[in-house]
Amino acid sequence: MHELSICQELIEQVEQIASEHNAVKVTDIYLTIGPLSGVEPHLLKQAFPMAAAETIAENSKLTIDKSSVKVYCESCNKETVVAANKLLCGECGTWQTELRGGDEMILQRVVLENRSND
Amino acid sequence: MCDTCGCNITSGNEYLIQPDGKLALTEDGKQAVTVLKSLLSENDRQAQHNRDHFDRHNVLSINLMSSPGSGKTALLEATIKALKDSELSIAVIEGDLETENDAERIRAHGVPAIQIATGSACHLDAHMVHDALHQLDLDNTDILFIENVGNLVCPASFDLGHHHNITLLSTTEGDDKPEKYPVMFRAADLMLITKCDLLQVLDDFSTEKAKRHLRELASSAPVFNLSAKSGEGIEQWLEWLNSSIQNHQSQLKNHKSIHPSIQSDGVKFHQVTEHTHGHSHTHSHPHHEHN
Repeated sequence: MHELSICQELIEQVEQIASEHNAVKVTDIYLTIGPLSGVEPHLLKQAFPMAAAETIAENSKLTIDKSSVKVYCESCNKETVVAANKLLCGECGTWQTELRGGDEMILQRVVLENRSND
Repeated sequence: MCDTCGCNITSGNEYLIQPDGKLALTEDGKQAVTVLKSLLSENDRQAQHNRDHFDRHNVLSINLMSSPGSGKTALLEATIKALKDSELSIAVIEGDLETENDAERIRAHGVPAIQIATGSACHLDAHMVHDALHQLDLDNTDILFIENVGNLVCPASFDLGHHHNITLLSTTEGDDKPEKYPVMFRAADLMLITKCDLLQVLDDFSTEKAKRHLRELASSAPVFNLSAKSGEGIEQWLEWLNSSIQNHQSQLKNHKSIHPSIQSDGVKFHQVTEHTHGHSHTHSHPHHEHN
């Protein structure tokens, strides 16, 4: 539902990066999105062309790397991959865990094209 | 804080910047810029600005989130009544898609309320809250409640600059809501089970189950039963508010602030901009060299 707002923020960031690097075109955008970020990757992909239209990122390729939810248990000294709504240690089952991954909503990388004679 | 030292490099993302990492090789003639920034970094920047603003005015700011109709405005009305004779002054920002109804309910109690009509937006963001702040007299405010748009999904992703998140779960909604909406309930610093006066007629809501589902999100947030109608739990809620105000004040004395316990990536990941030209050099990133 809020994926379009997030895409608009993404485009603003990408436009700024492109201008800092004197790019004429953005060809690729790489994101990492986790299940606990509150953002749905496929909805983000649907909203992206609308937000990118008539910007330097128009027709760029959006690649989303989905991260998995990981928790760390101090008493087991172990990290386990778990479901987004069961953040329990995979070894001992305690809820007193620390989230180590899965809440990311990160712009990892953009690939830019400069003028051909650069 | 540290744009250069590389402390934002975690075990999860460091492969991206290793010389032979899967994205380190770039296409010919193109520049690849590693960003490692939250998608919401502009919102997060505005949120931090709002938080600084609250702190300068000694205002504790609380974000109330829940489904529509779970009793956020009723909780505020009960809180205003209960604090009527106290020294504390309250202000409210109301978020809804349409109408001034909730702000009018609050104003009827003599408390200033600013209504944000979001149109079709399903959440408040830091910019909307910032605009509303300019219409409030923060010098004469101790607690600012931000009543977010009723929605168990989107509001959880946006930092508004508030100090605490409170998530309401009303007894008519079902005790498995934390299991169904983990992003929202994981964000709660306090979960209030509202409309508890209805528990006697509901046979399918267990407060213990609701609490267990919250714990399964690795959350140690306190859970209070509350009824704005009967007054049950109001005292405990006011105690929580008072201790939060004191805690905030003592943090401010130490030139610190308070953040909701679950922070967005924008807070965890400081900006770092890595600039590599394609098909060129490989380089290692000797952040934190140890001798």
